[in-house]
Amino acid sequence: MLSVRRLTKVYEGGVVALSEVTFDVPRGQFLAVIGLSGSGKSTLLRCINRLVEPTSGQVLWGDLDITAAPQEDLRRIRRRIGMVFQHFNLVHRSSVLTNVLAGRLGYVNPAWSLVNRFPAADVEKAMRQLERVGIPDKARQRADELSGGQQQRVGVARALMQDPEIILADEPVASLDPVLAHSLMQHLEKINKEDGVTVLCSLHFLDLVHRYADRAIALNEGRLVFDGLPKEIDDRRFKEIYGKEAERVG
Amino acid sequence: MKAPGTPRRRLLRALGLGLAILLGLFIYAYGFQVTKVNLDEARTPHRQQQLIRILRALAQPDLLTFPKEEITLSAPFFMPCPLVPPQQREINPRQPYILVTPSCVEPGGKVQVEGFNLEPNADATIFLVPASQVTLRQASLTTDGSGHFLAGIQLPERSEDVEQAISVVTRQNSGAPRLSRTTYDTWDKIVETVFLALLATTLGTLIAVPLSFLAARNLMKGITSSALGLSLSILVAPLGLVSGAWAASRLASWTAFLSGGAFVASLTGAVAAPALAWFAARWALPQDESVAPSLRIRFTRGLALLGATLAATLGLAFGAEVLIESGRAVEAWLPSLPFLGKFVGDLGDILQILLSAVAGLAAAGYLAGLGARLSRFLAVRLGRGALRGVEIVVSIAAGAALLAMIGAGVVWLYELRNPLALLSTVAGVGAVIGLALSVRYGGRDSIPIGLAVYYLARTIFNGLRAIEALIMAVVFVVWVGIGPFAGVLALSLHSIAAMAKLYSEQVESILPGPLEAITATGATRIQTIIYAVIPQIIPPYISFTMYRWDINVRMSTIIGFAGGGGIGFLLFQNINLLNYRAASVQMLAIAIVVASMDYLSSALRERVV
Repeated sequence: MLSVRRLTKVYEGGVVALSEVTFDVPRGQFLAVIGLSGSGKSTLLRCINRLVEPTSGQVLWGDLDITAAPQEDLRRIRRRIGMVFQHFNLVHRSSVLTNVLAGRLGYVNPAWSLVNRFPAADVEKAMRQLERVGIPDKARQRADELSGGQQQRVGVARALMQDPEIILADEPVASLDPVLAHSLMQHLEKINKEDGVTVLCSLHFLDLVHRYADRAIALNEGRLVFDGLPKEIDDRRFKEIYGKEAERVG
Repeated sequence: MKAPGTPRRRLLRALGLGLAILLGLFIYAYGFQVTKVNLDEARTPHRQQQLIRILRALAQPDLLTFPKEEITLSAPFFMPCPLVPPQQREINPRQPYILVTPSCVEPGGKVQVEGFNLEPNADATIFLVPASQVTLRQASLTTDGSGHFLAGIQLPERSEDVEQAISVVTRQNSGAPRLSRTTYDTWDKIVETVFLALLATTLGTLIAVPLSFLAARNLMKGITSSALGLSLSILVAPLGLVSGAWAASRLASWTAFLSGGAFVASLTGAVAAPALAWFAARWALPQDESVAPSLRIRFTRGLALLGATLAATLGLAFGAEVLIESGRAVEAWLPSLPFLGKFVGDLGDILQILLSAVAGLAAAGYLAGLGARLSRFLAVRLGRGALRGVEIVVSIAAGAALLAMIGAGVVWLYELRNPLALLSTVAGVGAVIGLALSVRYGGRDSIPIGLAVYYLARTIFNGLRAIEALIMAVVFVVWVGIGPFAGVLALSLHSIAAMAKLYSEQVESILPGPLEAITATGATRIQTIIYAVIPQIIPPYISFTMYRWDINVRMSTIIGFAGGGGIGFLLFQNINLLNYRAASVQMLAIAIVVASMDYLSSALRERVV
């Protein structure tokens, strides 16, 4: 169980990205995070693994207090939380295999990884993950030679290498076309259902939310404005989340 | 912008513009005066003639020489006229010959000398040759297009009873042109110049690459420390520096004792010690670190790692010995290529020197890390009050120690007479600073140590970059003597500063996404640099290095002005000797080398990047 307690983030310059956000995510849930651009979705996801340092509030995970963990412990926490990004965030000039293996960096001994040595078991595991996302033949190619959809699958494979208990997906399909978007969401769904990995996924399109999410929370200017089942988002709620002028698409 | 409203405002604006133009004119007028722009001087015929002379000399670079052949023709001559008139000589009209008319004169008289069938357009010199055979130069001239000349000469008052002679010496080109001495010298020096630039660039790159990370804001920004951690690190780092350097030099002296100077023994050591270190490291650093190990295992591993480090150091010391020895062997084996043996030997020498320095730095870094770790351990174990107390005490000690060390440096540099007063003062100031910092940042991990290092590195690089390599060369010439080595050191130092800045700007402009993604996997800071930063910066680093080589070639052409070797030395000399034709050869060589380097580096950059 992941509990976010009164989480607040104020950036330098006084922009309030999150204010007093509180919610719980039970183990194995597929939680969609929705809201306008700039509503604080990315900040929320990044506060959970402390890529962004929260100003106040707590993130509790089981009996661990992520927000209070010292650097050394934070590494051990981060390696169990996979992350998938809108712009994939692959290292372009490295091979696909190296990108996937990077997911093991939190586990392998730092001294050996400095000379690019990974245990044989990890290399095998990376190949299995690439097979699972359907691009085993691309392992030796450079990451920037792949299409957008393939790159995002590498991103998912990298997250899977961490043996994650949680996956944070920050608008994972925003840079993909609808067909690829569904294919990627199916991968995430499979990981969620088969491996029991908790998924927190920020999304823009409500049809994706309806189709894949168990539950949705919505942010508006950093405040939690909705917490419930996706089908509960009716027109009134929709206006609350997205503002008065918004119209539904898709 | 709004259109100007009232005429009054328009007038004001016009006035302002006029004033600005006047001010600009004033600035340039003052600039002309300060830089002593002097058109009158440039227009004087005397100056213009000089300019033309130099331009003509420069336009005729002393590239080729023609082998010269001297032909001496002489005719008998009497001064004063003898009582018995001299006999006429036989003359072959197809061969070169000279006629002197009249064939005798009173001392101080005038004669006409006429030459036939000589080399066309050749330089000729007319001599009076008395009986003593001392040649007395009378006139110089040039033959015309058909090899003929006619000259009247005024002879000196030098009477002799016996036959004298008038001789004409012509110098003519014979055979194919050959490269001149200047060309050979220039070739030697231009090769020296190119290699000087190559070595300086290599050395500069090797040092600038690691330093550039320290001057990259995006990497350094997040590094913070608690006052306790920082203070403990400051206190133990010097101990590490001293003990590391001491241990390395001790080990190095043992190698000589262990091997007894025998090459086979050194070689065995150079192979066995690193192998031992490798296996120890394999054991102490398990590949997968899934579970946190117990304290006892960590302690044993630490000991094993210490052993591995010592073994590795020993191996390197043996390696240095092997290199020096094999350098000698190569020198004996390949006497035709003596520089190869010397190079191998020098490598060994460099390794020996570096070993102590690197060991000291590594030990200092390791102990500093231990200090930081100890502070985290204490932060967990100690109660809040006790922690504050320890923190304040240690911070005061660290502040005092740090400033006292800096003070000791100042005392040494200025050879101060009463060091204790200064030392105690600065130590006191340091203690106050330490106290202030520990109170200000107490208990939190918030001293921006990374940013401090960033600003320090930036300041040093900017300062070093501001000093031209030419000026640095002056200092290095004093240290290592006049020659290209001083130039290499000066250019390297300048390259380090310039490249570290350029490189660090590249690190700052990398995509933040991959950095974020790698951090999110739980990677350490160093892992993040290796996996997210380095792949992104390789192309610009290569590109900047080549550009720097290009710059260094250009710089090394003038570093000789300050005694730093290379072609500049020759050029400077020739200019000072007013030997413009030779200087022209060197300028030509510089132009060719710089242009081809420019082409080569841009071609390579295109291919790599």
